[in-house]
Amino acid sequence: MSVATTTAREVTRTVSSGRSKDKNVGSLVFLGALWFSLFFGVMVLLVLIVDTAIKGSPRFDSELLSNYGSIVRPESTGFRAGILGSLWLMLFTALFAVPLGIAAALYLEEFADKERWWNRLIEVNLQNLAAVPAIVYGLLAVAVMALMGFNTTGIVLGGAIALALLILPVIIITTREAVRAVPQDIRQGSLALGATVWQTTWRQTLPSAIPGIATGTILGLSRAIGEAAPLVVVGLAGSVLFDPTGVMSEITALPMQIYSLTSNSQEDLRTAASAAIIVLLIMILGLNALAIFIRNKFQKTW
Amino acid sequence: MSSHPATASTRNADHREISMMAGTHAESERELPSVPPEPVMEALKLNVYYGDFHAVHDVNLSFGKHEITALIGPSGCGKSTVLRCLNRMNDLVSGARVEGEVTYHGQNIYGRNVDPIAVRTQIGMVFQKPNPFPKSIYDNIAYGPRVTGMKVDNMDDLVEEALQGAALWDEVKDKLKQSAYGLSGGQQQRLCIARTIATKPDVILMDEPCSALDPIATSRIEDLMLQMRDDYTIIIVTHNMQQAARVSDRTAFFTARPDETTGNRTGLLVEFDQTSHIFANPTDKRTEDYISGRFG
Repeated sequence: MSVATTTAREVTRTVSSGRSKDKNVGSLVFLGALWFSLFFGVMVLLVLIVDTAIKGSPRFDSELLSNYGSIVRPESTGFRAGILGSLWLMLFTALFAVPLGIAAALYLEEFADKERWWNRLIEVNLQNLAAVPAIVYGLLAVAVMALMGFNTTGIVLGGAIALALLILPVIIITTREAVRAVPQDIRQGSLALGATVWQTTWRQTLPSAIPGIATGTILGLSRAIGEAAPLVVVGLAGSVLFDPTGVMSEITALPMQIYSLTSNSQEDLRTAASAAIIVLLIMILGLNALAIFIRNKFQKTW
Repeated sequence: MSSHPATASTRNADHREISMMAGTHAESERELPSVPPEPVMEALKLNVYYGDFHAVHDVNLSFGKHEITALIGPSGCGKSTVLRCLNRMNDLVSGARVEGEVTYHGQNIYGRNVDPIAVRTQIGMVFQKPNPFPKSIYDNIAYGPRVTGMKVDNMDDLVEEALQGAALWDEVKDKLKQSAYGLSGGQQQRLCIARTIATKPDVILMDEPCSALDPIATSRIEDLMLQMRDDYTIIIVTHNMQQAARVSDRTAFFTARPDETTGNRTGLLVEFDQTSHIFANPTDKRTEDYISGRFG
């Protein structure tokens, strides 16, 4: 009995000694380092955004959205062409990239025999494609346009092809993740009822994976909307004075306009560029918020 | 072989009465011919390989019409593999290879012109873990008939009939449009059975259908299987020997034999007989050891 009492007392003493191993010097230093990293990352971003917002604040007005770019009246220059151009680009980028990306991902996940060398080759290539610099996709799009016989540059079609190629690997990879997250049980249940692999994919796997696919696609698009490099290569102008009317119309995009104005010598134009950066950020944040909303609303738990 | 369909059905009716009176599954009352009558399915020298791995060796089995056959044995003895060969679900495992024959009404389902999709509509399957689709209860049942292009006069009637057949109708008739995920585990498993019934199969394979369920849900499924025996031929894999003893007419005992050189365990059939014989006086020493709990 006495042994038991001593042990109990010792345990009490150790437990309530007030010293926690989580609070020794090493742990605290490490914790401090983590806090500093977090603080540093967030602060840099915050300072940048706030600085840009302050610089652009004189131009937060409706003319920023409704006017075309103007060098003659820099105090009321606007980004109408860029905003509309970016929206058109997004629409066609999505039209090109989403069906292709989903189809490719479904093939790789549901139909491809992973033992075959060509499927493994595609797999490796896909991983690498996601890391290819954006400007290379611009060059690729120029080549595709030339092959298709278009000789006008700077049009919606060229820009959309470049951006679609850019986000295709992202869409394929996220779609594959989403498809893989659908339990094997569901597929087996469907096949055991006499459904074909195609029916199973179309009626069970794909609908269950749609929240994941939508999230991935929107995140891909929000990356595409901010890209300027591939659009430069495709030949988009820095400024256009009319609205886009079709796939063949010449356009500019918001990042292109910002890029061409930030280095301008006129103070007013640089201010407008800062304001436009905030507009672009809001568009991207809006897309990301939509992605998060879709994920939370439709996410399935198995 | 000698059993006449008419006599078989009267016997089944008697049997059900007895089981209702006793309140339990009164298995031993059922008279059985010594060999399966009118075998619906047969496995002949069935060998299964996964790549180089020899999973199942020379299995010969025959599954009688309107009988419940249990496949039992220790883990890794190949009983689930054999079951999955019976409706070609093993085709979906990459690297799987099947040798020998599996016949369904005399026709080899591994024959050259056989469509595995058609095989699976005749030979349904219920899995270990309840796997309802993320749809409504109604759509879960209607899915099979829809994808197989079955001619259905009235889908509502078919859904009701299937749910009645799986003893689930009374519990779900007011919430057919609700998600199947709202059901309990036992209800989900009965939904999966109803889903299988809806495609009007001939044979139903069950791969440890109760291993994820509590004893009450298990007992309901066992009752259901005994009721379903009048209309279907049932083949069940189970880890639970009492379950095999309670529900099955015949039992096949499998074991695994390690390969002398590689150490890979190959499954083989040890004994196949009427359940009462297997449990009361097994002929093989290995069966006796397993049944009496000395091994496995």
